[in-house]
Amino acid sequence: MNCQLAPDNILYGNGLYRLLYDAAGTLLPCWLAYLAAGLVIIFILVNGVLLGAAVITWTERRLLGRFQNRVGPNRWGPFGLLQPIADLFKLLTKEDLTPAGADRIVFALVPIAMVAPLILMTAVIPFAQNTALASLNVGVLYLLAISSVTTIAIFMAGWSSNNRYAMFGAARAVAVLISYEVPVVLSLLGVVMVAGSMSLGQVVEAQALPFLLVQPLAFFVFLAGMSAELNRTPFDVAEAESEIIAGYHTEYSGIKFALIQAAEFGGVVVVSAIVATLFLGGWSGPLSEYLGWLWFLLKTGVVVFLFIWIRATYPRLRIDQIMAFSWKFLLPLSLINLLAVSLEVFFLRGETGQLTATDLGIMTGINLVLAVAAIAFFGNLIRRRVKFETRRPAQNVVPGVSTIEVS
Amino acid sequence: MLEDYFRQYGLIAILALVAVAVPTSMLAFSWLASRVGIRPANPTPVKLETYECGVETIGGAWNRFNFRYYLYAILFVIFDVEVVFLYPWATKFIRLELFALIEMGVFVAILLVGWAYAWRKRDLEWGS
Amino acid sequence: MLFQDIIFWVLAVTAIGAALGVVLIRDLFRSALLLAVVFVAVAGFFALLSAEFLAVVQVLIYVGAISILFIFAIMLTRNVREGNLPNRLQLPAVLFPALLLAALVVAVVSSDWRPIPEEELGRAQLTQTQAVNIVAEETLAAEGFSTAAALENAQQAGLADLLIGAFVLPFEAVSLLLLAALIGGLALARSRGG
Repeated sequence: MNCQLAPDNILYGNGLYRLLYDAAGTLLPCWLAYLAAGLVIIFILVNGVLLGAAVITWTERRLLGRFQNRVGPNRWGPFGLLQPIADLFKLLTKEDLTPAGADRIVFALVPIAMVAPLILMTAVIPFAQNTALASLNVGVLYLLAISSVTTIAIFMAGWSSNNRYAMFGAARAVAVLISYEVPVVLSLLGVVMVAGSMSLGQVVEAQALPFLLVQPLAFFVFLAGMSAELNRTPFDVAEAESEIIAGYHTEYSGIKFALIQAAEFGGVVVVSAIVATLFLGGWSGPLSEYLGWLWFLLKTGVVVFLFIWIRATYPRLRIDQIMAFSWKFLLPLSLINLLAVSLEVFFLRGETGQLTATDLGIMTGINLVLAVAAIAFFGNLIRRRVKFETRRPAQNVVPGVSTIEVS
Repeated sequence: MLEDYFRQYGLIAILALVAVAVPTSMLAFSWLASRVGIRPANPTPVKLETYECGVETIGGAWNRFNFRYYLYAILFVIFDVEVVFLYPWATKFIRLELFALIEMGVFVAILLVGWAYAWRKRDLEWGS
Repeated sequence: MLFQDIIFWVLAVTAIGAALGVVLIRDLFRSALLLAVVFVAVAGFFALLSAEFLAVVQVLIYVGAISILFIFAIMLTRNVREGNLPNRLQLPAVLFPALLLAALVVAVVSSDWRPIPEEELGRAQLTQTQAVNIVAEETLAAEGFSTAAALENAQQAGLADLLIGAFVLPFEAVSLLLLAALIGGLALARSRGG
């Protein structure tokens, strides 16, 4: 059973996959080796998301503790490291209730619909040099497409719970998600344009300078949009504890709650990995042939820290501010980025359509100035508008009376 | 070429199966746990009431939606379709001629008219 | 081809089953969810046809955007769980899709499906699977695009080249159509809701 990967096979370029395939191929027939190598990488990806989510719950609580001058969970294990395991066992032993009048089938499908897209998204992320499950030609759009499926899951949660607050939370969440999707999708156009490919592996290779520097505007828009899509502060109206209990997952308990929570924190891991890949150069770094995975993890960690830092710093925005922020601030910024990058690429590119590191340097210079100017200009514009826009008092503020507006 | 294509998407299909199987098996495990008594499962009518601040729930959960959500959904769908058209263009832009730049400029500009219209008519504002 | 066949049948059964569910189930919200399942299955078909760009766009636009629009519209109706009572639109609702189906069947049957000759198969597959990519000259040369003209032709077979080349007018018309849809949709929604 000597089954080795042929050099003209596309998976030959995939470092880890080739290693696994050749190892499995010495014992197994070819199609089983294909499956086995794939399953090993899938095992890494699934655990990356789920264990990553567990680690992030701990990191987030510890760091928030530090930010707020308290200790955070520190009882279980060294530095409270075993806290996620304790949480998991606690949630597993809790009763799993489905509220009366709920749509039972849809209610039970929600955790699956939330976790599955997240795991699917990891397929195209290169987590070491030339190593991902699949390097699709449409990688960037694939990520955006799969992430947009979560919107339906949130709607399912809100609607099937038969709870007014869950419905409010879901409606708010979906309104925020769809508003921030447009600037996010627009901002990645600049990245694709400079890389000349939608494949994430090639985006990493194109980053002689990290795109964080080359396209600061795109980075800003993407990061802001992604914190909104993850329902994190300052865009967390969807699960504002002080207003609508826990939003769309108010009625969830036991393992279903654990899975939804895992999806939420796993989302932070996956999004951080995407940001690290698209804007911080992914696996590239010194000795990337051997240490690519380390650079990738470090960069992901930095982005995770950034997300937690943002959460600790900013208060929650009102829904009208959130909407204005997306449609009147991020959208024009991403369009400016698109225009600037397309003009720069057009005038700087070489004969055969190449951008050298010097070209990227020039772009960095122009775009940094442009970013500061654009953010200052539109920030000023929106600040004046939003500040003086006082909200009408709701016509009917009695809770439970059905004329109250869902907003 | 085509074999390579299916090799990649085959792996994604396997991942999709696993991605659905993992949370499903966890739900199944929880159900088994309730059978063998690791976790309790004795719902009572009071437990199954929806949770709203601890006060008894009045009326159904469902309210007629604010129509404003629909406005945002329309805006979102149109802009999403537009941006998707830009992606193949952006991927190859580094090799394309001046005409491609102008054409896309026109394409985006026409849609910006719609955006300006929505802004002007205050459709982008939540409160009005 | 075995695996592709299995996946095709799984997708086909899913798509048809979910589509039947959409029209037969009374609960409007569940119908909308099943419609999203149909869209996902269609994305799967696109992927099977090696049209990966269309597959991701199908998910992004139909599952991620159109479904949401449907659900919002459903949430604006009166009774989500019961659905609408039978009304006089039933007959046109049967007739129109039946006509559409007939037209599609006729189109498929009457088309002259010529298989690609063996020697051109590799090249056709290359342009098909690399439709949204910049293809390196070496890859093209390896597939037998030897002359300069053939090389240039192959490099301009991508989606982007078609959008700025043969389909430039329809493409700009799409932009106008989208603008009209945007303004019309906003105006209608405002006059009903405001």
